[in-house]
Amino acid sequence: MSVAVVVFPGSNCEHDVAYAIRLLGGEADLVWHRDTDLSGAEGVVLPGGFAHGDALRTGAIARFSPVMEEVRRLAEEGTPVLGICNGFQILCEAGMLPGAFIANRDLRFICRHVEVEVVDTDSMLTRAATPGKVLRLPLNSYEGNWVDPTHAGRVVARYRNDPNGSQQGAAALADASGRVVGIMPHPERAVEDLLGSSDGRVLLEGFLGATREPIGV
Amino acid sequence: MTIRRRPVIADPHGATVARALADLGHVGVNSLRIDRTIHLDVDGSDAADVRGRVEEMCRQLLANPVLEDYDVEVEP
Repeated sequence: MSVAVVVFPGSNCEHDVAYAIRLLGGEADLVWHRDTDLSGAEGVVLPGGFAHGDALRTGAIARFSPVMEEVRRLAEEGTPVLGICNGFQILCEAGMLPGAFIANRDLRFICRHVEVEVVDTDSMLTRAATPGKVLRLPLNSYEGNWVDPTHAGRVVARYRNDPNGSQQGAAALADASGRVVGIMPHPERAVEDLLGSSDGRVLLEGFLGATREPIGV
Repeated sequence: MTIRRRPVIADPHGATVARALADLGHVGVNSLRIDRTIHLDVDGSDAADVRGRVEEMCRQLLANPVLEDYDVEVEP
């Protein structure tokens, strides 16, 4: 039993995610985007990268990958699903999280650590953090500017210095259940002091904890 | 078809180009939005049928319903 880390053509953070999960005592399996049977997976991560080269829009084609029906089924059953960066964009395109992403306000690819404040701990990503906790995480994205005309999104972590124009300063969102979560910065690249920060651990530990609990609790 | 970002959604590229026009001395440009045009060559003899199929493609993939509207033009 383990966490399924989905690999799309163009994903590039799948090994970082698997490494971080194993470092924290979990098990991770890489699964190809054409796999349609993830039964037994205790959690799913859609990692960062540029699935399908970001053609048309980020995540627009990946959302139709064969694996996504299975990801949706698992999410409906209550299995924790986490999208990181491009994975977050895919969850929005798939309608599993509200809103969509456009280019950063200043039209720059942002590649630096940013400060993110946990503002809602009722999600399987933020459950192990204390409200108000400020985390230093690497942000690596050009289309990280989240917009949500419906104002339906539940922001669980906000940027402190508005790096990209994201509505409500959103860095991470959860669905109503708290079990489908997306985050734009990369917690998996902040799990050891050697990486410049280990602040991502508390997020991934929360996620891993949720994968180990019976669904429905 | 033309895919247009809704007016309420920011267009950072359009805003940057508008500033460049202002820097070049072009006054009175009140708004600049960058749309996308997609050209399809589609089999079919009935314009209404082709339009319906292309609109379905827009709904499903080509336009993001959160951000964008679209207009389809069919030419023989």
